[in-house]
Amino acid sequence: MTHLHLAVALDGAGWHPAAWRDPGARPRELFSGRYWAEVVQEAERGLLDFVTFEDALGPRSNDRTDRVQGRLDAALLAARAAPLTSHIGLVPSTSTTHTEPFHVAIGIASLDHASRGRAGWRPQVSARPSDAAHFGRRTLPEEPDDLAAELFGEAGDAVEVVRRLWDSWEDDAEIRDVPTGRFVDRGKLHYIDFEGEHFSVRGPSITPRPPQGQPPVIALAHGARAFEFAAGGADLVLVTPRSRDEAASMVQRIGAHVKVFADLVVFLDDEPGAAAVRKDRLDALDGEALDSDAAVFAGTPGELADLLLDLREAGLDGFRLRPGVLPYDLTGITRALVPELQRRGAFRSGYEAATLRGLLGLPRPANRYAISTGGQP
Amino acid sequence: MPELKQVHLAAHFPGVNNTTVWSDPRSESQIDFASFARLARTAERGRFDFFFLAEGLRLRELKGQIYDLDVMGRPESLTVLSALAAVTDRLGLAATVNSTFNEPYELARRLATLDHLSDGRAAWNVVTSWDAFTGENFRRGGYLPESQRYGRAKEMLRTARELWDSWRDEDLVADPASGTFARPGAGTFAHHGEQFDIAGRFGTPRGPQGHPVIIQAGDSDEGREFAASDADVIFSRHGRLEEGRAFYKDVKSRLAKYGRRPDDLKIFPAVTYVLGDTEEEAAERAAEIRRAQVGPQTAISYVEGFWGRDLSAYDPDGPLPDVEPDLGEGVSRGRAQFRGDRASVVRRWREIAAEQDFSIRELVIEVTGRQTFIGTARSVADQINEFVQTEAADGFIFVPHLTPGGLDDLVDKVVPLLQEKGVYRDEYPGSTLRENLGLAAPRDTAGAEREAS
Repeated sequence: MTHLHLAVALDGAGWHPAAWRDPGARPRELFSGRYWAEVVQEAERGLLDFVTFEDALGPRSNDRTDRVQGRLDAALLAARAAPLTSHIGLVPSTSTTHTEPFHVAIGIASLDHASRGRAGWRPQVSARPSDAAHFGRRTLPEEPDDLAAELFGEAGDAVEVVRRLWDSWEDDAEIRDVPTGRFVDRGKLHYIDFEGEHFSVRGPSITPRPPQGQPPVIALAHGARAFEFAAGGADLVLVTPRSRDEAASMVQRIGAHVKVFADLVVFLDDEPGAAAVRKDRLDALDGEALDSDAAVFAGTPGELADLLLDLREAGLDGFRLRPGVLPYDLTGITRALVPELQRRGAFRSGYEAATLRGLLGLPRPANRYAISTGGQP
Repeated sequence: MPELKQVHLAAHFPGVNNTTVWSDPRSESQIDFASFARLARTAERGRFDFFFLAEGLRLRELKGQIYDLDVMGRPESLTVLSALAAVTDRLGLAATVNSTFNEPYELARRLATLDHLSDGRAAWNVVTSWDAFTGENFRRGGYLPESQRYGRAKEMLRTARELWDSWRDEDLVADPASGTFARPGAGTFAHHGEQFDIAGRFGTPRGPQGHPVIIQAGDSDEGREFAASDADVIFSRHGRLEEGRAFYKDVKSRLAKYGRRPDDLKIFPAVTYVLGDTEEEAAERAAEIRRAQVGPQTAISYVEGFWGRDLSAYDPDGPLPDVEPDLGEGVSRGRAQFRGDRASVVRRWREIAAEQDFSIRELVIEVTGRQTFIGTARSVADQINEFVQTEAADGFIFVPHLTPGGLDDLVDKVVPLLQEKGVYRDEYPGSTLRENLGLAAPRDTAGAEREAS
């Protein structure tokens, strides 16, 4: 059986809004480097492909003082974990709406250098007017279709700029040629000259090409525009199907050239029924049932393995699991689900590659600016 | 006997300029994380206050082409420093971040994040660019008139402080028993100014230091004033004793009018050093390093920058160009040093070259000399101490010429001698950078205004 790919989405104390009140949660440590390093190390112990870090340029969408407020910058969280891990991919989310594509490109490239080829990038749009007010530079369209067209159009441009900047240094641009005094061969540095509706970027990057060449671009897709954007610019798309049939139609819509993972919120306990009880208790604490864009699973590791192996028949390459409570449900994934999948021959028993592209089976891409000499001078 | 002042030390990662000697066989990668980790750990072993990264957001150009003679290519500062937070415990982590091509909400958040992730070791060197050349990489282009650059920097810093202060320490409750995670209204802010008109909720709780340590590097009158009103640390270029004392006196005297004490701003000249077993050996090594820093091609490109024209036909070992400088828009882009009164620089150089019978390369070696401390470990330790005891500096930021071994002999040979003199610590006194620098907690001005309103 070909192996499944597994990723975990990290956010705050977990994906249940009351997760921070769980006895196993560490709510006072959510802003410490140690906490984040430990959860990423736990994910690596489970041989997972990558972890994602959520982010936004505003407070969380709720204003309730009984839920987690505040986040740290995702790209810097990923960097903090890089020297303490050696194989797992690190994928921060960043907004393409209010940020500079140049800064994003050098940030992700630098994460790839710091992690020796384990960076990914999850671009996302910021649609909220309150986020725009934090920047005070633009008014977003109110009409939903216009808003989606503008934000995803801009996101597509941002991905293009970032990809060009990553390629703007050829791999062998640094020559250190003492006789001529040249540190680089400037013929191997390239202006990118991007001109778009929202920004123009001249280039080249100030950061040499990342070790992976192009760190994988990973996008979460819900609506039509997002699917178009993801299928056009991403290496891997995250989707939120509610059934195997829905998963199949999403896979078909995106196309075979891109990897597709399904997202699931998970609560895991060995004892049958215990996870659902735990989730219900958190729902009661929060005052409402967990509401998620992704399907919610509460059960045993064996039941989850059954579900994943069934869903994959829709053509999915893997799953991004969102632990209901951190670190409890993450540990359920790494110490119970993973061994269960390994027993069934559906998951790796050791890391087989040192880069994220390698783990995902993506080849290292050629540089778009390099002139292929094909053996000719 | 009066109590001896304590020396502070900081380290500059070898930069994108010709101080860094890439041609040395011991020179390793300028981009691999291992190089950063090695230098940072050496600095921490030497109980340095902080490790500093510079920034440049566009590759420099000469004569319309990318300048290829110096080390180039570097990572994004805050990303590398966040990674270094994982492999160091007490060392301060200082990032240069441009206030022109960033917005306060995002930048304040990233700096607060570094402060959290390092348990209170973040610092920010506030710089500005105004040039359209760098602006070509950014959304708004080169929109800022040069005259407004300090205005922009000051408003950026003021806004960032309002954002950091929008969370009080007690706003983060995180008490599962009461079910309160954060106090109502935590992070609420509004700033309506010339550069920024923003309002809402800041999404990152206050960092361990409250505000990161603020660094300023401008030597102009405006730069000194900015440091006096707003910075915790100022870098200077005054590596000679008399100049250093004059600068120290001038800058410290400016603090009182902002209600600050002389100790609230630390003065760190940027310096280099070369050690030898004897004074002669050190001087020989220093001369070798200068020749490596100013190779024949670098010498020609340097005079081209001031002459404003192509001088590639001239022999670097021959006399200065006989042609007159072109004082038009110049041939160099992205380097501040070639701006200003080039005609008088060229005149002065011709005088020096005539007097000393210098070739082009010898002249450039002479006029760009930045070497400060040259000698045996003991004489360098004595010089460092003299600067500090006689109020020419509070400490130094060392700019090594080699990656990643450039601080090894400073830490192994000079630091123990400073410790022996009783002017340098054996252990870090605190856990945050502010504590180690001996700085007070930041003033919570925005918070105080909020309470009053």
